[in-house]
Amino acid sequence: METPEWLDNAVNLGFDGGVVMGADSRTTTGAYIANRVTNKITPIHEKIYCCRSGSAADTQAISDYVRYYLEMHTSELCDDPDVKTAASLFQLLCYSNKNNLMAGIIVAGWDKHQGGSVYNISLGGSMVKQPFAIGGSGSTYIYGYCDSKFKPGMTKEECVEFVKNSLALAMFRDGSSGGVIRLCIIDKNGPERRMIPATELPRFWEG
Amino acid sequence: MSSVGSGYDLYVSTYSPDGKLFQVEYANKAVENSGTLVAIKTKDGVVIGIEKLVPSKMLCHGSNRRIHHIDTHIGVGVSGFLADARQLITRARSEAKQYRQVYGQPIPIKVLSQRIASYNHVHTLYGSVRPFGCSIAISGIDQYGPQLYMIEPSGSCIGYFGSSLGKGKQAAKNELEKVKFSEITTREAIKEVARIIYSVHDEVKDKDFELELGWISNETNGVHQLVPKDIFDEAEAYAKQALEEANM
Repeated sequence: METPEWLDNAVNLGFDGGVVMGADSRTTTGAYIANRVTNKITPIHEKIYCCRSGSAADTQAISDYVRYYLEMHTSELCDDPDVKTAASLFQLLCYSNKNNLMAGIIVAGWDKHQGGSVYNISLGGSMVKQPFAIGGSGSTYIYGYCDSKFKPGMTKEECVEFVKNSLALAMFRDGSSGGVIRLCIIDKNGPERRMIPATELPRFWEG
Repeated sequence: MSSVGSGYDLYVSTYSPDGKLFQVEYANKAVENSGTLVAIKTKDGVVIGIEKLVPSKMLCHGSNRRIHHIDTHIGVGVSGFLADARQLITRARSEAKQYRQVYGQPIPIKVLSQRIASYNHVHTLYGSVRPFGCSIAISGIDQYGPQLYMIEPSGSCIGYFGSSLGKGKQAAKNELEKVKFSEITTREAIKEVARIIYSVHDEVKDKDFELELGWISNETNGVHQLVPKDIFDEAEAYAKQALEEANM
């Protein structure tokens, strides 16, 4: 029997005028690391991305559908879609197929009406707009850290630091997270991708 | 063949040799027989006014409404056959509802207008159907600001600053051209719409009519509604006075 591949850990954060998305790069099949350099930050539209966690197959299929529906919607609208529209499409798919899916998705991006925004689509298919969102198995280890370090109105670079540190802490404690940190920073000028290699991760107390 | 269209008007799907669709043109005639509709878009809202012809003195005040709500942020005014328009209104409501369910947002006015226009358009393609005998004005406020679209039986969908339909269409258009759409407030536009409708009303041919006014603006918090009684009375009084002055 084939075990599903698991994706874990995602942090997402809105800053003034944009969002910072981050994820580790580990995909596992049981104890085996199927891919140590996975890219879990998937483009949905020019300035809308999603962080996938849960079953790799399920979340890939869902984001493929959403990308397709959003493209259709874009042509009808003759304009770039809103982040909320993308999030609603994710919710629709996740909720109506909740019994057959394992998908926790964070949708984030920039649109001209709302600026940067972050939506969390939970396992059951609820959609919540949040100032920041964390998800995946590693996220349980960093709730306290994120709550203590988050403050509204951070600059872009402060947000990048927050995301990097949170991910490094989660990747250190969580067995199904690890590898490199992948970041995606989106504002009105579009996305910027960054990668932090495993040798350059922020380090904390390792006892 | 004795008919006007000499055989080219038996189906919507048949063109005449000079490239016309007679059935669609007849549908436009149905609109031209109806009471005048005037609509104005201002910088923060839209007003629709209708000259509702009253066929009988026994009719209840406010019956046969010609201004309808589609979603909270959208309202339409109809000119032509009311029964046909109701079909479009039902369709518009379900499109608006479906859009909300799928995308979690209110439908943009342009998208709704184009969808209703396509619905009109498919009724010009098949021999088994007839085009709708009505035109509608779709008004609303969305993320892109206030919007006004006109949809015709042919399936065309055009955005306007101000437009008119029905009997007094031409006279109303001449009046509308004098309006400064970028300066006028929505409250002023209500008076202007009322005045135009009173001025184009033909008292010889149609005795009785009832004015119907609908608006949406920042003042209504982006919700489409019929104009409240106090503003309505003020506009109607202004219109009647303007008419008297013109007749003197």
